[in-house]
Amino acid sequence: MKDEVTREERVTNLKGLGCSRKRVEDARFTQGKGNYVDDINLPGMLTGDFVRSPYAHARIKSINTDAAMALDGVIAVLTAKDLEPLGLHWMPTLAGDKQMVLADGKVLFQGQEVAFVVAKDRYIASDAVELVEVDYEELPVIVDPFKSMQSDVVLREDLDPKAPGAHGPRKHHNHIFTWEVGDEDGTNAVIDDADIVAEESMYYHRTHPCPLEPCGAVASMDKVNGKLTLWGTFQAPHVVRTVASLLSGIEEHNIRVVSPDIGGGFGNKVGVYPGYVCSIVASIVTGVPVKWVEDRMENLMSTAFARDYWMKGKISATKEGKITGLHCHVTADHGAFDACADPTKFPAGFMNICTGSYDIPIAYLGVDGVYTNKAPGGVSYRCSFRVTEAVYFIERMIEVLAIEMNMDAAELRRINFIKKEQFPYNSALGWEYDSGDYHTAWDKALKAVDYEGLRKEQAERVAAFKAGETRSIMGIGLSFFTEIVGAGPVKNCDILGMGMFDSCEIRIHPTGSAVARLGTISQGQGHATTFAQILASEIGISADSITIEEGDTDTAPYGLGTYGSRSTPVAGAAAAMVGRKIRAKAQMIAAYLLEVHDDDVEFDVDRFVVKGAPERFKTMSEIAYAAYNQAIPGLEPGLEAVSYYDPPNMTYPFGAYVCVMDIDVDTGVPTINRFCALDDCGTRINPMVIEGQVHGGLTEALAVALGQEIAYDDMGNCKTGTLMDFFLPTAWEVPNYETDFTVTPSPHHPIGAKGVGESPHVGGVPCFSNAVQEAFRPFGNRHTNMPHDHWRIWKTANDLGMHD
Amino acid sequence: MTKQMITMTVNGEKKEVLAEPRELLIYVLREKMGMTGPHVGCETSHCGACTVEIDGKSVKSCTMFAAQAQGAEITTIEGLGSPDSLHVLQESFKEHHGLQCGYCTPGMITRAHRLLQANPNPTEEEVRFGIAGNICRCTGYQNIVKSILSAAAELNAAKEAAQ
Amino acid sequence: MIPAAFEYHRPSDIAGALSVLAEHGDEARVLAGGHSLIPMMKLRMADVPHLIDLQDIADLKGITIDGDTVTLGAMTTQHELIADEALFAACPIIREAALQIADPQVRYMGTIGGNVANGDPGNDMPGLMQCLDARFTLVGADGTRSVAARDFYESAYMTERDDEEILTQITFSATGAGYAYEKQKRKIGDYATAACAALITKDGDKVATAAIAMTNLSDIPVLSEAAAAALVGTSCDADAVKAAVAAALEDIDPTEDNRGPVAFKMHVAGIIISRAITRAWSGA
Repeated sequence: MKDEVTREERVTNLKGLGCSRKRVEDARFTQGKGNYVDDINLPGMLTGDFVRSPYAHARIKSINTDAAMALDGVIAVLTAKDLEPLGLHWMPTLAGDKQMVLADGKVLFQGQEVAFVVAKDRYIASDAVELVEVDYEELPVIVDPFKSMQSDVVLREDLDPKAPGAHGPRKHHNHIFTWEVGDEDGTNAVIDDADIVAEESMYYHRTHPCPLEPCGAVASMDKVNGKLTLWGTFQAPHVVRTVASLLSGIEEHNIRVVSPDIGGGFGNKVGVYPGYVCSIVASIVTGVPVKWVEDRMENLMSTAFARDYWMKGKISATKEGKITGLHCHVTADHGAFDACADPTKFPAGFMNICTGSYDIPIAYLGVDGVYTNKAPGGVSYRCSFRVTEAVYFIERMIEVLAIEMNMDAAELRRINFIKKEQFPYNSALGWEYDSGDYHTAWDKALKAVDYEGLRKEQAERVAAFKAGETRSIMGIGLSFFTEIVGAGPVKNCDILGMGMFDSCEIRIHPTGSAVARLGTISQGQGHATTFAQILASEIGISADSITIEEGDTDTAPYGLGTYGSRSTPVAGAAAAMVGRKIRAKAQMIAAYLLEVHDDDVEFDVDRFVVKGAPERFKTMSEIAYAAYNQAIPGLEPGLEAVSYYDPPNMTYPFGAYVCVMDIDVDTGVPTINRFCALDDCGTRINPMVIEGQVHGGLTEALAVALGQEIAYDDMGNCKTGTLMDFFLPTAWEVPNYETDFTVTPSPHHPIGAKGVGESPHVGGVPCFSNAVQEAFRPFGNRHTNMPHDHWRIWKTANDLGMHD
Repeated sequence: MTKQMITMTVNGEKKEVLAEPRELLIYVLREKMGMTGPHVGCETSHCGACTVEIDGKSVKSCTMFAAQAQGAEITTIEGLGSPDSLHVLQESFKEHHGLQCGYCTPGMITRAHRLLQANPNPTEEEVRFGIAGNICRCTGYQNIVKSILSAAAELNAAKEAAQ
Repeated sequence: MIPAAFEYHRPSDIAGALSVLAEHGDEARVLAGGHSLIPMMKLRMADVPHLIDLQDIADLKGITIDGDTVTLGAMTTQHELIADEALFAACPIIREAALQIADPQVRYMGTIGGNVANGDPGNDMPGLMQCLDARFTLVGADGTRSVAARDFYESAYMTERDDEEILTQITFSATGAGYAYEKQKRKIGDYATAACAALITKDGDKVATAAIAMTNLSDIPVLSEAAAAALVGTSCDADAVKAAVAAALEDIDPTEDNRGPVAFKMHVAGIIISRAITRAWSGA
């Protein structure tokens, strides 16, 4: 057979690894033909809506649903009493705690679900919500975790104060767990004897992932066939199916969970919410489909928050600046229920990555989780489990140490980076970093911004300020981060007992196109585009001929879903591995067709060729056709495979970021003049998508660092429940970013990829924060807490006497 | 409350719909006319996911009652292009990776469409100011701005070629 | 977020609107652009059994410039204010301020009448109207009256307008004064942390007249006559500006909110006022 196409063209046509393939998802999204949960409209579908508590802590004396039930079009009003016989008035959380589905005797945070109205449409439902009469008796409110640990007020009356919790002994009735990693005595001894010690306390404020699409579900119980179908905003649809089965008693094969298109997740859509449970119950009770979609206020006030960590650190160093030890204690405010989304054995996630990118010989981390009268959650908002907190902590400690030593913070980092030849590197707190080349990345990033030149400019600006010539100062924010993503090895990582592997299944059709399904679910990351690229390179079928499907548990293989940047490290690895299975069989088929021994053919882009005789080949299309239509001795017909991938280790993407910022000392207004982000995510699958992820993650970092918070008053009222007050930046507040990269492949990942979606957020937050704080360093600033909104920046200046 | 018949032209087609006065335009478009392109994001007129065009104005349809649109000409994302012939903006957003999860995209493109009608040759700053009523959580806006500027250039080139 | 049910009225003239108001009293509210009222209705913080949509009333629309007199129909949108070149020539500060309100979509719907009438201390136009010494025309069952913007605001959401009156138009004199509308906000779409409108005219190299008004720094817009007095007759030098700022700060009474505590707002207000005066003077 003659081939008119050059090898180079064949590679191009493949649209495999490394090319900026345009996204296949975009056709429907740009035409308004996405299919999000609120777009689902089933015949006879009812609407569910919640009565929510206006109080942060109150006893419920009575609930009267008569007036609501009397309203024409109201089908049911569910309360905890209705759910109790089913055992569904409480539900397990991902963190081993339990959470009220509907208020059982008391409410513990403002916005908590009290009753669930089911009505013919959204209008009647919202009228009925107003008619449910709840008699509350207010109780003392605790919004401060330190006060909570001292208070006589028992928040969780359902728990035996003496009994251990899911993560061991509890010290107090409002205490959840203590988690310790590392050698505390050894660390203290090193710090006590050190030349230099820097100490700092910092608060990483509570915020919220706030995807543009709020959470929702449609439950449809088909009583004829006994099957429950549940569509919803689920970042982990298979886990939802298993949990739904365990809770409802419906066998798992009779439950189909579908995540349709998801309008952003960022961690918010990992957990299971009362709305999902109530929709299911309502559909089972009524026998018709029930939709529940929350509004923005409900989303911000009741679904999973992020952060809320009070962190106390001590770092020691030699006179030369070599770090010798690190001590960290966290008081973690988990709100009313411990609903953190962390692997079971890690109640504070991977906070023990807090030694960062530095070779620190000894360290200790202790975390105390505490209940308060705030919304439950504690999810990883665009980061792997608590990694944003860890990286913020160490990057601030480095800055504080640099101040203590009167040293340049870039140089201090350079002195302490783990060296290239130290990888795989075992950290003091138990991780094995897979690969890295930090010095190269750092030098490249600093060179790109002309770091020396920036420092000179900054010195001139400081002098000008001191001379009264300007009221504007300049900050140079630095951060170097190491992420830990891709949970995870099943031996370490599970959620509710389910091991955190992932999966890919592929069927090659007879004419050489394919459908592949994975256990993950895209929420904008572009899986349908990028996973096809991995498969294209492995199998030799053009990415354009491979359909990727995710999110339907009836068809997709079991997987743990998409969060913690785990899709590429785990499901992406499964895709590569499944491709290799296909290739192995294809090799045998090709050899048979070419009448040579298996070992005499080799894979070449989109075909197998006879070694030394490249004109003799079989394309993957020909091989696929033969797989189905030709009897091949010793081989089953067909060409399909499935792979479940249990990664041997996490992956450790890293990056070097620099932010240059001006600050108006008088108004507290920051202006970002430059932001350079260098990311190393190992092998790059689609540079266009990577760059897009970096832009997005940096923008969410900007938001968190410069103003985005969930704030409560002393009565537990959420002060930031709408987008007027909850800061989501617009195009006007966001700069253009400069991006760059190095490539240090993961040695254990089949294609060397590490994951990137969350890196820019993890590295971005400390970079923006450091830029603000560093601007004030020449005027005496050591540390101020985020968010750096105008008034807090102003306060920093004011506290430093810069308005005098 | 009694329902009333509301007549409007949506994407060039005359539509009649029975609605209570309190029914918001976004829900009538989505649930009674099947136009599920525009989305509900914030409900308080901050995010712009519900943006449609009404009589030549960009409007947040979550903050308008359907009754107010009686007699109006409405264009939603569904009316901007067709699968066989995408609007230049739709092509441009695809080309420049101007979207990720897609939830803000219909409102964003609809808004960009009006912006380019009003200002066919905007600067980057004018684009950023012009889409500041539309929040995107995924892209960081950089590629959205790029998509709009590129679409503007293409539309202008086509106009010049036609002259 | 679904509002409670209401009856929708869409009169075609002012008399029609007034008759609905007369019939239903405080159960009725007029709807202009709706971007303040509709969110409040959706949150069920405003109960409006009768909603009167003013969009069909031709008499409420349009920008008229007759000699030195500028008349704005209450239903003129912010977008129309920005786009109108004649208005820009007659009173350029309107465009500058309107561009700082909300975002493009909201400006397409939001009206000058709604902005000045509803008494929200966060609205930008009331202070500016006080600067311009504008007059608001109120039409009710008992006839038409004209109220000075400077006398219109009583407290947050409470104004001189009776429940059964409609604000139909706004009138002021064209001005060639130097101008500035300075506004600090957290982001696009936010109300002001502090905002200040300044109009200054020059006689030789001295300030002839000045008007300084502030937004969202008290429960009503604040026109500081003392600040103006501190400027008139001076060369608007640093000391004069300082004195004017000090006087203006005496007149405001900001409250703490998510934008920050009072001390911060007072300080930022001082900066914003100073910038507004300086820029207005530079264009005088």
